[in-house]
Amino acid sequence: MFKKILIANRGEIAVRISRACREMGITAVAVYSDVDRASLHVRKADEAYPIGPAAAAESYLNIARILDVARRSGADAIHPGYGFLSENAKFARACAAAGVKFIGPTAAAMDAMGSKTKARQAMEKAGVPFVPGTSQGVESLEQAEGVAAKIGYPLMLKAAAGGGGKGMRLVRDPAELKRALEAARSEAQRSFGDGEVYIEKAIVNPRHIEMQVLADEHGHTLYLGERECSLQRRHQKVLEEAPSPFVDRDMRRRMGEVAVRVAQAANYTNAGTVEFLVDPEKNFYFLEMNTRLQVEHPVTELITGLDLVQLQIRIAAGEPLPFTQNEVQIRGHAMECRIYAEDPDNNYFPSPGRITLLLPPSGPGIRQDSGMYEGWEVPIDYDPLLAKLIGYGADRGQVIARLARALDEYFVGGIKSNLSLFRRILRDEEFRAARLDTGFLDRMQNRAKDETAHADMAEAAAIAAGVFALLGAPKPNMASERGTGDGPGHGSGISTWKNAGRREALR
Amino acid sequence: MLYEVIIDGKTFRLELNRADSRWSCVLDGRDVEVDALLARPDVLSLRIGNRVYEVKSEPAANEWQLWVGSTRFTAEVRDPRSWRGRSRAEDEHGPKKVSAPMPGKILRLLVREGDDVALGAGIAVVEAMKMQNEIKSPKKGVVRKISVTAGSTVNPGDVLAVVE
Repeated sequence: MFKKILIANRGEIAVRISRACREMGITAVAVYSDVDRASLHVRKADEAYPIGPAAAAESYLNIARILDVARRSGADAIHPGYGFLSENAKFARACAAAGVKFIGPTAAAMDAMGSKTKARQAMEKAGVPFVPGTSQGVESLEQAEGVAAKIGYPLMLKAAAGGGGKGMRLVRDPAELKRALEAARSEAQRSFGDGEVYIEKAIVNPRHIEMQVLADEHGHTLYLGERECSLQRRHQKVLEEAPSPFVDRDMRRRMGEVAVRVAQAANYTNAGTVEFLVDPEKNFYFLEMNTRLQVEHPVTELITGLDLVQLQIRIAAGEPLPFTQNEVQIRGHAMECRIYAEDPDNNYFPSPGRITLLLPPSGPGIRQDSGMYEGWEVPIDYDPLLAKLIGYGADRGQVIARLARALDEYFVGGIKSNLSLFRRILRDEEFRAARLDTGFLDRMQNRAKDETAHADMAEAAAIAAGVFALLGAPKPNMASERGTGDGPGHGSGISTWKNAGRREALR
Repeated sequence: MLYEVIIDGKTFRLELNRADSRWSCVLDGRDVEVDALLARPDVLSLRIGNRVYEVKSEPAANEWQLWVGSTRFTAEVRDPRSWRGRSRAEDEHGPKKVSAPMPGKILRLLVREGDDVALGAGIAVVEAMKMQNEIKSPKKGVVRKISVTAGSTVNPGDVLAVVE
């Protein structure tokens, strides 16, 4: 087993990995950029090394600096977490060359999954289902019409070189095809310098379900069940749960077996996730494989009773998987809320700044993987994920009740967070009925918000305002010095209140 | 103490006094049985009758917010004897400042001084936490002044521009 592991990441995931190391008696080495000295992952590590300026390219993405710390600290393995260098084959190669074990798949397996065309060829050979469509660009309208007639409407035109929705068109019926093809081509040409467009069957408001796999270095590959990740905003996951309310035992086995075939086709080792699009008829199609630990791995940990990070470390150290497929049992239900420093009431504006008050929830079935603490200043330089609130219960209803209860206990002050979004989701009838797909959040936000603040709450607020003023607390560390006083009609309020408090104190 | 308290725009007249640990409270002419305990300087446990509320105090950029449980209220307290802070002049008319809602970097400006802008038109793009955010005009009018340049760093509340 490793003696010392360098964690090439920050925030909650670095804390999570550090905890696994501690539990295994392994020394945890943190790295941090100039703005992260005060970050929780540094406080929770055994050793910590600065690696450069705030800009990720000069610190958390700087392979040379990180390997230099590995050498100086004497680390024998590196855990990359997620994001940053976690799916960078060049980094995996550099680790191998430096004689440090990369905790993750081999560079060759990452390469195989990184290229969409190569991956598709390998997967087709392994009999993995894809969304029906063309694997090459369409040359003419006639050809497009031919393909369309075969796969059926609605269909999607996609730029071969594309990404981010550019060069994409949804076509609902044959009359729209010509114009959509022209538009997609010219947009693809303008955006990517390549007008090649291919056709795929459109799956309208699909579900997004992924399968966790684990593979050791001795040829054993297992699946650990699926995660339902359909709740997304702009292709970003918001809330995940396991198991998926949509997947039964038979479908789980079929998806799991396909996921194992995907991993084996790429000679995959360590933890990975195979993502599928699922249509309302429960057909599932391979989307991509994520060659790293996922943000949402805790929901799988809770329903399987396994520690995925510890297993990753054991696999990397050369140990065989300590259980068989039949021994993987799914029990109960788990759900994760991604707590972001952003304002759901104001277009999801990011909200970095100092956390002045933090009241974390606790109690039965509640787990928190957090990277924040009271008094810490959330830097502006990185992803706004602050923490993950994860609930566990006997069934879906109990998890929802526990998370709703925990969210009412939870308070993050000083910055804006999306806690209120989760309170709303968990109360939503459609969510409770598990009618989930990638269009859910848009539908929910188009429904009128139930904002019946009870009159007694407003009265309580009025009385509380007076009590705070009378007691002269808290000392508002107001931004009034730099403030502009042009808030929505409340500009003069605070200083008056502060003065009232001071007068009272002098009495 | 006599206070005028404004909660989400609604004005309450509050008479609140404390003798030892006993409170007396008259809200809009009604006697209310109140018992208050500060759990910490910004967290108040409030009993009204036998009903318990946990109230969190959070000073935000330009306003004071009180959270009763998970419900947020904007609060303002005035001492009527001072007759101050009554000016609520500039809202619809007159110049309006466009300020940064968060710390970040100005990526680019979308308007120039003298430009006509519609309500909700983009004024500047601010980058924070890898996200680009368009700061929008709070009213229809003319851009009177731009106080930042592309590339500069801003704090919450900093004035980016003035629209009149």
